[in-house]
Amino acid sequence: MPRREAAAIAVATLLLVVVLPVCNALPASSPLHLSDFRLNLFGKFLAYAILALGLDLLWGYAGVLSLGHGVFFGLGAYAMGMHLMLEIGSKSVYQSALPDFMVWNQVKELPLFWKPFYSGAFTLAAVVLVPGLFALAFGFLAFRSRIRGVYFSIITQALALSAWLVFNRNEMRLGGTNGLADFKTIFGFPLNQPSTQRGLYVVTAVTLVVAYLACRRITGSRAGKVLVAIRDSETRVLFSGYSPARYKLFVFVVSAVLAGIAGALYAPQVGIVTPAKIGVLPSIEMVVWVAAGGRGTLVGAVGGAFGVNWMQSWLTTSYPDVWLLFLGGLFMGVVLFFPDGVAGAIARAATRVSSLLRRSRELSGTGHPRPEPASRSPLP
Amino acid sequence: MTSTGSIIYLEDVTVSYDGFKALSRLNFYMDRRELRVVIGPNGAGKTTLLDVISGRAKPEHGRVIFGDHTDLIPLAENDVVGLGIGRKFQTPSVFVNLSVWDNVELSLKRASKGVFAALLERDAAGERERIAATLSTVGLGGKASLPAGVLSHGEKQWLEIGMVMAQDPELLLVDEPVAGMTDEETARTGELLESIAVDRSVLVIEHDMEFVRQIARKVTVLHQGTVLCEGPVEQVQSDPRVLEVYLGRRRETADAHG
Repeated sequence: MPRREAAAIAVATLLLVVVLPVCNALPASSPLHLSDFRLNLFGKFLAYAILALGLDLLWGYAGVLSLGHGVFFGLGAYAMGMHLMLEIGSKSVYQSALPDFMVWNQVKELPLFWKPFYSGAFTLAAVVLVPGLFALAFGFLAFRSRIRGVYFSIITQALALSAWLVFNRNEMRLGGTNGLADFKTIFGFPLNQPSTQRGLYVVTAVTLVVAYLACRRITGSRAGKVLVAIRDSETRVLFSGYSPARYKLFVFVVSAVLAGIAGALYAPQVGIVTPAKIGVLPSIEMVVWVAAGGRGTLVGAVGGAFGVNWMQSWLTTSYPDVWLLFLGGLFMGVVLFFPDGVAGAIARAATRVSSLLRRSRELSGTGHPRPEPASRSPLP
Repeated sequence: MTSTGSIIYLEDVTVSYDGFKALSRLNFYMDRRELRVVIGPNGAGKTTLLDVISGRAKPEHGRVIFGDHTDLIPLAENDVVGLGIGRKFQTPSVFVNLSVWDNVELSLKRASKGVFAALLERDAAGERERIAATLSTVGLGGKASLPAGVLSHGEKQWLEIGMVMAQDPELLLVDEPVAGMTDEETARTGELLESIAVDRSVLVIEHDMEFVRQIARKVTVLHQGTVLCEGPVEQVQSDPRVLEVYLGRRRETADAHG
């Protein structure tokens, strides 16, 4: 990794993991104080950014557009949510050992598939394994059948729609349209305490940094080049001796796992998990984050998730009517004018400025006009 | 009997698409270190022949044997590549968003091209030298760091030939390499293919008869999915059956005899 990039990552890590939580812990009178509300909001954005990293790996690098990542996010969020529901125990409204919605729905006994979620360790494993294995099975079938391009996108959209329908059903014993809510504690820590929320924020920020480094490792390896190659010419990849289906399956599973982890971090910070986070619309919104930030650059994906959601929280409180118009306009603007997102636009502007600078230096006649830089010689 | 010494051997191969027989009971074989040109009118089955060898099309009938006894029919395309059969497509197919160098790097022959090997492996010893040597062979040594997307049409064709060479194949399948090239580029491509054929087998599909005369020692003419005739280029060119399928001289000949 180049030194400048490593330094930038270190600074960003310091800011996200240390500075912001410390500002939050300062007394409210301090000018540097960051409110609990703000920190919690940032925690949510960072969880989204983890998902965006995976989506970017899949779409920005390998060129595989998934319109169903809300499903994997939801699987992680529900897995965590189920554990949090069971932690409530009999402190619930109906003071039953069962979650409240089961009492309303006249469920007398905890369904079998809920029972392992009493265990925190099982829950953490499920957060990774449920989305991962589901993506493995789904991706295996899709990529083996050589479903690609827009057909793959349509199938994932159908997946999002059907998952949304399924999670809305009361018979699923997952809370139906109301989902899971009223969480009290996480691994024993009370969720209404600012210190717990701060801890969750720090865990999310650290997870994002680790996820970023892992994705960076993938894109920097030869496998990362194969992913870009798949986007360029899948046939040539095949005839270079690689199996594009296996590479796509790998990156699809990685992105699903990241989405699941993001969902699990989202659930306790927002305090509610509903099917509304699973369907077609949220899945498309996730794609817009990556598109706006700049697909094909990991920084762009993180920035896009953060920026678009920040804008959303600002616009929906100040001008609630314009948010959807804005989101639609943003997407169209990105497609028409910034096909490689904000990160791409900045990179292009930077090259233009530097070439202008070089030209003006040559024209001003100080020293000799420099010859064209020699192409990198691969051998010393 | 599988003829010993042949690099590729097709016996009685039939491929059909929705009832249309692209290859019909085709028999074809090539010796090791042979440079063979396959010609034929449109729809004769030339590209299908390459598809069958490279694992892209599966024959409904017949045998396809690589080397002494490797059956190619059950293998996927990338496994066929692993055995040592490289393929160059008609329209240049390179990775436009990767550098010229990376294009060749990805193509290099490796013990494993699986996901985890590609994630973890460091560059092998001598890899850089091999990439550099390949690039200088195809005349792209000075453009290694450019994205492949900015190369000219001819340069992309050479890059793709370089990528196939980097796979270190025993057999190269080359589909119309000089389509759209200038005369000078065509001549250079011919020299390149001849130098490759010194220690490998090369199967070229070509339309350009000028180019065929430049490189060919032995020519196979396909027509309607079978071999019409085979032999040195002068002999094939004067074969009345070839003239007939290419130029439609049937009536003239009939008139002359009539």
